[in-house]
Amino acid sequence: MDSVHDLGGMDNFGPIVREENEPVFHSEWEREVFSYTLALLGTGYFCVDEMRRYTEQIPPVQYLASSYYENWLAALLSILEEKKVVTPEELQKGKSLLSTGNTLPPLPKEGAEFITSNPLSALQELDKSPLFKIGDKVTTKVMHPIHHTRLPRYTRGKSGSVEKVHGAFLLPDRNAHGEAETPEYNYSVRFSAQELWGRDAPSTDCLFIDLFESYMEHA
Amino acid sequence: MAEHNHGEPLSDIQLRVKALEAVLTDKGLVDEATLDTLTDHYENRVGPHIGAQIVARAWTDPDFKKELLEDGSATIAKLGFAGLEGTHVEVKENTSHVHNIVVCTLCSCYPWSILGLPPTWYKSAPYRSRVVKDPRGVLEEFGVTLADDTEVRVWDSNADLRYLVLPQRPAGTDGMTADQLAGLVNRDSMIGSGLVSAPA
Repeated sequence: MDSVHDLGGMDNFGPIVREENEPVFHSEWEREVFSYTLALLGTGYFCVDEMRRYTEQIPPVQYLASSYYENWLAALLSILEEKKVVTPEELQKGKSLLSTGNTLPPLPKEGAEFITSNPLSALQELDKSPLFKIGDKVTTKVMHPIHHTRLPRYTRGKSGSVEKVHGAFLLPDRNAHGEAETPEYNYSVRFSAQELWGRDAPSTDCLFIDLFESYMEHA
Repeated sequence: MAEHNHGEPLSDIQLRVKALEAVLTDKGLVDEATLDTLTDHYENRVGPHIGAQIVARAWTDPDFKKELLEDGSATIAKLGFAGLEGTHVEVKENTSHVHNIVVCTLCSCYPWSILGLPPTWYKSAPYRSRVVKDPRGVLEEFGVTLADDTEVRVWDSNADLRYLVLPQRPAGTDGMTADQLAGLVNRDSMIGSGLVSAPA
């Protein structure tokens, strides 16, 4: 999805504003948005990739004008409405109208265990060999899918080398859309700064990014 | 939960969160104790102090450092620090010739279980947009000037791996214990946006 969340390489966003002794949350509502989202992720109502996809679907002007947790809330409400966990009417009235019925699993009781056991890991066993090996020269595909992807625009159509084979993870491009779970090998790929940004970039510098097998071809 | 609104009318966003809370509670989907456990964990239990312990141990225990760099996930899990956004971790070592810096250009991926939740600047458009294209300029903004012949390695943690930078141990810390060293290690040095300074 070519939206404004894909920020790598864009200009004119101004200085990086840092806050001294920044609190973890700036208000009670941020704390609530965070904990509801995490708890609902823990129930399996939706997955992290879906959360990202709905965040990316926020209109660009709204995305940039909103704070981080405002965008989380917008994404969370969209998911809950789409999955009919809550309806817009219920949100307006601030109570359950029971029209949707409650056949959903409750929030996980064991919050601490959920955090430390990490049931959200997308690591998978895959019964085939990786297509690429360490040292392989690869070129990323030029693609502009309307679906969620983890291949940022600034890395498309670029040549680099495979530095590591990480193992297989669920492909976010499908997982974000509730499609059949598709494990794919993921690789650490190194690009020179000059390959990404042109000859004015320092020849010493480079960038590493973790790319799924279907994002690449042998160079 | 009480809002700290000092008698001001609730903002639009506060109202929306309140409505969501009311509906989820009404449906029996909210378990207050679970929510409290989650927020307590990220506000009070995890944070950069965990990463600092790992760094200090790596500085003082060569075998541990070797393991950590070779298999960050397993080594961190053995310490009991794996968890959400911290199960698949790689550790990248800064040296006199290499400087690593971490970003997530697409959202806000960060090693929660060892650094806590990321600061706002890490999630912000200015950082995410610029650090991949001009890491040296960003580092200057953070007060870090690198030599021209230093290799800058930017890690865009866009998928399932999370990254921790192992900063360089500052000079003048030879006699210090791991606990004392951990006290010197700040969050930015483990993102790569800063360095560790010697004690004053």
